[in-house]
Amino acid sequence: MNFGFTEEQDLLRAEVRKFLDKNAPLEEVRKWVETPEGYSPGLWLQMAELGWVGLTVPEAHGGAELDLVTLVVLLEETGRTLCPSPLISNALAAKAIELAGTEDQKTRWLPELARGSKIGTLAALEANEPLGPGGIRMAGVASGDSVCLNGSKCHVQDAGCADVFVVVFRLPEDGLGFALVERGQEGVSVASHSAMDPSKSTGTVAFNGVTVGADDILSSGSGDVFAQLLDLGAMMVTAETVGAAEGAHAITAQFAKEREQFDRVIGAYQGVKHPLAEMFVDIESFKSLVYYAAWALDEGAEDASMAASRAKAYASDVFPRIGIDCVQLHGGVGYTWEYDIQLYLKRSKWLRPTFGDADYHYERIAALGGL
Amino acid sequence: MDFQLSPEEEGFRDEVRSFLDENLPAEGDRGADFMGQWFSKVREKRWVGFSWPKEVGGGGGSIMEQVILKDEMAQRKAPPLGSCFMGIAWVGPSIIQYGTEAQKQRFIPDILDGAYHWCTGYSEPDSGSDLASLKCKCERVGDEYIVNGQKIWTSIAMWSKWIILLVRTETEVESKHDGITCLLVPMDTPGIEVRPIKNMSGGSVFAEVFFDDVHVPVENRLGEEGQGWQVTISALASERSSIAEVHGLIRRIEEVKDLARRSTKNGAPAIEAPSIRRRILEAENQIEAMRLNGLRFLTKQLKGEPLGSETSVNKLLRAQLEIGLGELGLEILGGDAVVREGEGTLDEGKWQNFALSWPEVVIGGGTPNIQKNIIAERILGLPKD
Repeated sequence: MNFGFTEEQDLLRAEVRKFLDKNAPLEEVRKWVETPEGYSPGLWLQMAELGWVGLTVPEAHGGAELDLVTLVVLLEETGRTLCPSPLISNALAAKAIELAGTEDQKTRWLPELARGSKIGTLAALEANEPLGPGGIRMAGVASGDSVCLNGSKCHVQDAGCADVFVVVFRLPEDGLGFALVERGQEGVSVASHSAMDPSKSTGTVAFNGVTVGADDILSSGSGDVFAQLLDLGAMMVTAETVGAAEGAHAITAQFAKEREQFDRVIGAYQGVKHPLAEMFVDIESFKSLVYYAAWALDEGAEDASMAASRAKAYASDVFPRIGIDCVQLHGGVGYTWEYDIQLYLKRSKWLRPTFGDADYHYERIAALGGL
Repeated sequence: MDFQLSPEEEGFRDEVRSFLDENLPAEGDRGADFMGQWFSKVREKRWVGFSWPKEVGGGGGSIMEQVILKDEMAQRKAPPLGSCFMGIAWVGPSIIQYGTEAQKQRFIPDILDGAYHWCTGYSEPDSGSDLASLKCKCERVGDEYIVNGQKIWTSIAMWSKWIILLVRTETEVESKHDGITCLLVPMDTPGIEVRPIKNMSGGSVFAEVFFDDVHVPVENRLGEEGQGWQVTISALASERSSIAEVHGLIRRIEEVKDLARRSTKNGAPAIEAPSIRRRILEAENQIEAMRLNGLRFLTKQLKGEPLGSETSVNKLLRAQLEIGLGELGLEILGGDAVVREGEGTLDEGKWQNFALSWPEVVIGGGTPNIQKNIIAERILGLPKD
């Protein structure tokens, strides 16, 4: 019985934290999000060199082949200071290729994704369609061995910097497939949006008669793989949120220890300390849920989907509240651009719907649990 | 991460399971003499005081074995391990840690055998959450202490033979935690008067206890004079992060779901009402979080790390759930919730009782606000109020 991390995982955490404290403090993060890229390509390559970008990619394809529980450690740390990077998008794109691709496709793409020299992202959601296989309307029209894609995908994360899109579409013979579409391909146009959370860039990708050759279509069990990717995505963004929520909480607790009003630090007042204690309870709780989800996904446990939904449902509900409470506890300065706490509030707005909000996941839990 | 039990642990779990198969009839089939037999059988297995050292008659169970035992028992809705609840939970551990050899020999076997009940005289009318401010007066005269004062919220005082009592032996102290002494007092000592308090559900579990010139021999002091606070705190700290309590909540949520399936709301099954549904799902999620929090804290214990105040996390979740599920039950009942008991009351008034009995768990052992103070001050390092 051990519901904790290994010594190697603890070491990784310490290493990542040290690296990010030095190279990606919030002052830097604030500068990066103002750039056209929205992140630091230099930091990205450094992280790739340290093996973090390809953390879960198989060794045979240039990755470190570590498990999802280890990835959780990394994501918690990148979340803590809202480090902007296409880490999750890229890991999911790599997973899609690893799980549904042919040997040739893996050999062609995975090493580049693991090295960070190419960035991948999932293009799945369509406007006004639900999350999940049922929401994929974009049909691939067969022309010989190729398919032709028309339509657009919305809320594509890191669309602005992605080199390759893993486009989820309906196969001509029905069922789902993934098309690997490169950014520069004819008919592809990317519109980046001004994001609610500047550290999470997003965009709409339009496909206007884009021809995808047989070599670029992944189709082995793609429907199941897509469902699996959604579980993975929900788990990963929740893991990152553990760090973000702890970051927001730590900043606010520190503020409460320093800010004085009525001749004492405000952290002595129960009106301040109780909300901080309540947040702590919530953070500890979805932390436990997401650790378990990562383990269950690693093991292919029967309740893995349920576990991922449990974690995300909890986090989707409480993190937005934590963001608001933290800003409130700061008083007036919490409303300023200058103070960092507002960045966490914005992150919570991104987190809530991403990979399914609480409504979505609670209904999914109900369906899986027979309620 | 690894949720597997070791082969030895599995062996122990199987032993517990087969014991339960043999000795625990289904709830409806437990006859009048069942409880007596149960207590003597678990005593024989040394599962009463299972965490205590073998030398004093305990079971010497490892942390993991304790968890397995409690977990299996709770899953099968077994009666408690031993009838002397407070004796096993904290009086015994305090005596084992601070008692004299004579005190150990005098009290420990009786606690294990459940020979009689113990009650706990900590809280006073003006010292509830702020326990250390207690004032119950105690003077030493020769070989005796003379106690004058009052205790309150003393559970099962009317049925107890002994009380573990905190008194103030010194008033001029730098810290209010000093000058407190712990005494073990027979409840039939002249000068002790017990007045049961009727609680809001109509029953009486706790009482006021009055002390009027109560003489206690010095040999009944537990620990040193003035050391009472440490004696108390270390016993309460021996409380394990309990995972087993989750099973009670799991049963409760299953009962709520069952009720929601049997009931209607706005002309449709209550289980389909969005707000009922959502709250059931949220409660289930909190229960699962509690279970996993418990496993995380257990892992810390197994690694030998001191368990700080993290158990307050689950205490707070439990408080929310105890109250929340009681309310949910009544909301599902709808108009029928206004009837307390009598003919036609669904499930014999069980839901009404749930909604009136949560304070026992939620307030006893520290109110939610106190748990929040503990988290804020001890874990987050915020200054005291």
